[in-house]
Amino acid sequence: GEQSGPPPRRKGNPRLLFMGLRRCGKSSVQKVVFEKLPPAETLYLEATTKIERASMQSFMTFDSAELPTSLPVQSPDYDHASIFTNIGSVIWIIDSQDEYLTSISELLRLAVFLAENYPRINLEVFIHKTDGLSEEYKYDTFREVRQRVQDELTDYGYGDRPVSYYQTSIFDHSIFEAMSKVIMKLLPALPSMETLLTKLCSTCRIQKAYLFDTLSKIYIATDTSPTFLKDYEVCSDYVDVIVDIKQLYGWRDEGKQGDQNSIEESMVSFDKSGDTYIYTREISNNLSLICLMGQGSGPNMRPVLDYNVEILNGALQKVFKV
Amino acid sequence: MERSKRQKQRKVLLMGRSGAGKSSMRSIVFSNYVARDVRRLGATVDVEHSNIRFMGNLMLNLWDCGGQDSFVESYLTNQRSHVFTHVAVLIFVFDVSSKDTASDMLSFASTIRALHEYSPSSRIFVLIHKMDLVPPEEKTAIFQKKSSDIRKACEDEEFLPDQVGFWATSIWDQSLYRAWTQVIYYLVPNASAIENMLSKLADVLDARELMLYERTTCLVVTHISRGSEVKNPFADRFERLSSILKTHKHSMAKHTGTMASEVSFAEMQVKTGSFMFFITRLTENTNLAIVIANDEAAFNCARINVQLAKKEFAHLDIMEKKAKDPQRA
Ligand SMILES: Nc1nc2c(ncn2[C@@H]2O[C@H](COP(=O)(O)OP(=O)(O)OP(=O)(O)O)[C@@H](O)[C@H]2O)c(=O)[nH]1
Ligand SMILES: Nc1nc2c(ncn2[C@@H]2O[C@H](COP(=O)(O)OP(=O)(O)O)[C@@H](O)[C@H]2O)c(=O)[nH]1
Ligand SMILES: [Mg+2]
Repeated sequence: GEQSGPPPRRKGNPRLLFMGLRRCGKSSVQKVVFEKLPPAETLYLEATTKIERASMQSFMTFDSAELPTSLPVQSPDYDHASIFTNIGSVIWIIDSQDEYLTSISELLRLAVFLAENYPRINLEVFIHKTDGLSEEYKYDTFREVRQRVQDELTDYGYGDRPVSYYQTSIFDHSIFEAMSKVIMKLLPALPSMETLLTKLCSTCRIQKAYLFDTLSKIYIATDTSPTFLKDYEVCSDYVDVIVDIKQLYGWRDEGKQGDQNSIEESMVSFDKSGDTYIYTREISNNLSLICLMGQGSGPNMRPVLDYNVEILNGALQKVFKV
Repeated sequence: MERSKRQKQRKVLLMGRSGAGKSSMRSIVFSNYVARDVRRLGATVDVEHSNIRFMGNLMLNLWDCGGQDSFVESYLTNQRSHVFTHVAVLIFVFDVSSKDTASDMLSFASTIRALHEYSPSSRIFVLIHKMDLVPPEEKTAIFQKKSSDIRKACEDEEFLPDQVGFWATSIWDQSLYRAWTQVIYYLVPNASAIENMLSKLADVLDARELMLYERTTCLVVTHISRGSEVKNPFADRFERLSSILKTHKHSMAKHTGTMASEVSFAEMQVKTGSFMFFITRLTENTNLAIVIANDEAAFNCARINVQLAKKEFAHLDIMEKKAKDPQRA
């Protein structure tokens, strides 16, 4: 979606800016994540010549914009404040299937520019189009890019600037996981949510717990245990199942606004024993708790789980004042 | 051996020109491939057979017939009786993007001529395939044009109009499942008996909808809708459900590092403010998906009643077998 006039200013929403060389995948990422464009259809995208904005209204509003490569935003006579003020994160996309040295030197220029002018903006680097690459090549590219950027930033005297790196592709879940991590950093309530989730996990033998924005499939918090793409994948897929089933059989409710008493809950077990399963519980419109239950959390754990989720629910309602 | 003899073997021919998409379809529906995996498939050499068991007593005997001209030539000549006798269903696949429509039609005509000779009472399912390649606004017109051309060819070969059906399909959406569900529904020998029992069960549970589906393929064998669910605006919900559940199976398989064919879950439930949806195992090869009103007591009741019904459904297979035995003797 293109917009005219200045973007609406809502305090506290995550605001992102996508940058990178031409054809690196900026439009694709923005459209796949925020406009739900099927990845295969990005083949037909035309080159971006103007600033393209996208916005997604879900549990929270996500705002993003894509800068065309031709825009000389770093030149002294360009009004860069009109672009960078209020931005939370700049995402630099590198096409890993292409020659990427030019992209790295552009990235360095940007990193220095941001460090000098907008030190509070997070710089995130997506090493993109990793689909179809061998594991080994993927890993080597990732290491090489990170090493070069860090070395040169140190030479410029900005070695302490935090820059984060992600391997992404629009053809799998990696782009959504990376976006989740980028967005989480912009949420002020993150530490309290993390604490709540970590506590829930230890009380109820949960392997991994996420707070999902169900529409965007971005998770806005998780417990502090290590994250694995494969855990995110299975949870994200299961959210799709629930959303689809709710659509197919919730047709009577259309038009009716969120019933306060409705407890929306779902679970699926992975095996016949019912010992490992995914449990989901809706916290509010478009916000769900999703738990991957580990060994020993079988059916008799359910009352404990229900009780603790209820407490968590109350606490989260306070965090968000929903 | 005894058991397999009692099963009702139904021969299904899958034919069409080379590259039409036959093996792609078969791999997705029956062998747990996902759509993007089919690029790995090579052209089929001669005939590939697969047997799939449905509902205890239906054995689907699928012949995926390689479509290169030399193979087709041989099906029509020296293998003619071998290929075309005892056919229950012919599924003929047309590639909608094919440039050589004249040859496609010729090949179709000679195939159904042979079919009419050896299995005159068989059914023909015509799939107009790769519809994802047609721009949305042209889909209906192109499908209708193709169908009516093909229908004429069928009439020329003396097939009655109700022996032939047409489906628009693509491996990239649930349309694939719509067509195959119809094939299965047509082939299940005891469909009406199953429907009767399901319908009784639905009354007992006061369910809005029941769907019986086969576990490997996720194809819906039959379904019952009651009350206002009859007016559900999503007429395509059954094939969508097949597609959703199939995708979900792949997802669980990937996570657990097992084969999709081995994934099985004990139960799935979705409870919302207005309805409850749950899936549970019914027989060896089938699961039952149930939609009831949002009511915890009714839900618990329903679970128990489904448990009780399991025996009867298992029994149904045996009954069918017994009923048929005297005729065989
Ligand atoms: N766009 C599109 N491509 C498809 C579809 N179905 C199959 N294909 C492609 O069509 C090509 C041929 O598919 P196959 O399934 O091997 O064709 P076949 O009919 O079995 O061919 P033979 O075995 O030689 O008779 C593959 O490259 C598939 O990726 C579809 O629905 N849409
Ligand atoms: N293989 C692969 N191709 C991608 C990916 N993301 C984008 N592309 C392709 O890269 C090309 C350029 O993308 P586009 O978004 O227009 O780039 P932009 O100029 O940076 O906006 C398109 O053909 C996309 O389909 C990805 O993750 N993997
Ligand atoms: Mg083939």
